[in-house]
Amino acid sequence: MSGTFTTSTARNIFFGGTLFFALVFLALTFKNEQMLPQRDQRAQLASNPAIAAGKRVWETNQCIGCHTLLGEGAYFAPELGNVYKRRGPDFIKGWIKAQPTHAPGRRQMPQFNLTDKQLDDLVAFFKYASEINTSNWPPNIEG
Amino acid sequence: MQYKSQAVAKYYFVGAIGLFVAQILFGLVMGLQYVVGDFLFPAIPFNVARMVHTNALIVWLLMGFMGSAYYLVPEETETELYSPKLAIAMFWIFLVTAALTVLGYLFVPYAGLAQMTGNNLLPTMGREFLEQPLITKIGIVVVALAFLFNISMTMLKGRKTAISLVLLIGLWGLAIFFLFSFYNPDNLVKDKYFWWWTVHLWVEGVWELILGAILAFVLIKVTGVDREVIEKWLYMIITLTLITGIIGTGHHYYWIGTPEYWQWWGSIFSALEPIPFFAMTLFAFNMVNRRRREHPNKAATLWALGTGVMAFLGAGVWGFLHTLAPVNFYTHGTQITAAHAHMSFYGAYVMVVLTMISYAMPIMRGRAANSNRAQVMEMWSFWLMTVSMVFITLFLTAAGILQVWLQRVAVTPMSFMDTQAQLTLFYWMREVSGVVFLIGLVVYIWSFFCNSGESAKA
Ligand code: HEM
Ligand code: HEM
Ligand SMILES: [Fe+2]
Repeated sequence: MSGTFTTSTARNIFFGGTLFFALVFLALTFKNEQMLPQRDQRAQLASNPAIAAGKRVWETNQCIGCHTLLGEGAYFAPELGNVYKRRGPDFIKGWIKAQPTHAPGRRQMPQFNLTDKQLDDLVAFFKYASEINTSNWPPNIEG
Repeated sequence: MQYKSQAVAKYYFVGAIGLFVAQILFGLVMGLQYVVGDFLFPAIPFNVARMVHTNALIVWLLMGFMGSAYYLVPEETETELYSPKLAIAMFWIFLVTAALTVLGYLFVPYAGLAQMTGNNLLPTMGREFLEQPLITKIGIVVVALAFLFNISMTMLKGRKTAISLVLLIGLWGLAIFFLFSFYNPDNLVKDKYFWWWTVHLWVEGVWELILGAILAFVLIKVTGVDREVIEKWLYMIITLTLITGIIGTGHHYYWIGTPEYWQWWGSIFSALEPIPFFAMTLFAFNMVNRRRREHPNKAATLWALGTGVMAFLGAGVWGFLHTLAPVNFYTHGTQITAAHAHMSFYGAYVMVVLTMISYAMPIMRGRAANSNRAQVMEMWSFWLMTVSMVFITLFLTAAGILQVWLQRVAVTPMSFMDTQAQLTLFYWMREVSGVVFLIGLVVYIWSFFCNSGESAKA
């Protein structure tokens, strides 16, 4: 058996197999790029600069360190991909301004001292995120 | 030690263990914040502790891989390292970069850190695991390139073996896929799509090549089994890894805005990903059973077998648990994810680095194996850390099932925060297991310092 199945055969199967499946993955990625425009709300993104600015506010305050966004991130605090639909714009801004709660023993969210513009940008970003077609995830409004 | 230059690995191993300690301490801080929400607030908010925990993990594993390569490649290629000086210089650059970054996380508000480090020139920060400031990311690339240059040049002038080739492909892949961390489009869906090209294609792709190569190297050394047999196993394992794992990336493309065909592709291919992990378990046990020598380093053999088992449990079994789209619909982004993340990272990558350290460190300190007493302590630390990690995983899984039930399945779903309040008992038990893990780690470090008395000859 070891006569025909040599190490170099094994190596060739490795390179050939990997190359083949990598190409299939690239083809799927290509198809993905073609289909995204129907799902990812890019028209909204292009017409409203507040969304990209809001994404930057989201990133530079490291919100992902406690929250999930479309189910990815940390699991310490609520999902925010659908928070726009769950709470609405005014609640979101009021909440962020009121932190931390200082309620003893409760998980605390820091005070980020965001400006009114930053808060508006963030809300635009949340609205955009909540309208991405996520195949009906999360299962319900609680995230 | 056969080649003098292998000794540079020692720096990397010591640095790695130091960061491992930091990782676990911050893990315990977070574990406590899960139940005592205002613990250390506002001095260390949860997100800061989490960055230190996960980034320290990644950096110490990278150091572990680099140290392993510096030890392994000269021996495999039968030649001295191209430049030991470069290797040592890069170690210090890497360590200082990591230390400054952690200090930045701890003492500068993140928005200020982003401002100071030019995030507005090329925004890359604020994404999970890729939180590092731009200059840190560039530092990582520089260190990785210098490292790859050093290792590649060594290989070019020496003997070419399958193990060193597989290791090198894995390491180049690691560096290449890290480059996607510099790509952060405003389009959230595309941002997430390519974020996974770093994260998933690392842990379920190229890192598995590194894992396989290190395991194969140590198994040859401790069992004396024919190189040819081991190399065929290695190729078979990594072939299975990449033909399942590359398209398996699709298991992250179910609910982030990507098309629905990913639910089929992702489910089918990722459901096959446990196979190479199972092959690795068989590989480790088979080779040890067919051993042709009794290596005096029993602890290293134990770590190697443990890697085989725990990688399969953490990645294979706990990965499969939530990888099918209809299941993932409910478990996505819950404590189930955290349970899997812990056991897979520990079982695969922590354990393989500790396997290599266990095998190489005594030799670098001038003996084939540690004294009996030191080995017994090391084996104690193996069991303490491994068993407590099993319990951490079980408690998080229990918390996760309850969370899914209360928040996502029940007829009247509870809010996130109300659900969390119901899970307190499991989080306390996770924290207790975490303390046992820390004790295991202390015993592990202690075992390096009790080598007085007899020890096997090099
Ligand atoms: C004392 C033991 C430990 C404790 C108490 C602990 C605790 C935690 C906590 C609370 C989180 C954050 C979960 C969240 O986002 O809500 C976390 C994340 C994480 N920890 Fe640990 N940890 C420990 C040890 C480890 C070890 C040994 C490893 C690796 C081998 C590890 C790897 C990770 C990873 C990869 C994440 C990110 C998880 C994800 O994104 O799904 N931890 N840990
Ligand atoms: C050693 C190998 C592996 C490591 C280190 C690993 C680590 C991780 C980590 C850290 C995450 C959380 C990422 C985040 O924070 O969003 C994750 C998620 C995931 N992993 Fe793995 N993993 C491994 C192998 C596997 C395998 C073999 C499978 C499937 C059989 C798998 C299935 C999944 C799935 C489905 C998720 C997404 C969970 C969710 O939807 O929240 N993993 N993995
Ligand atoms: Fe994955």
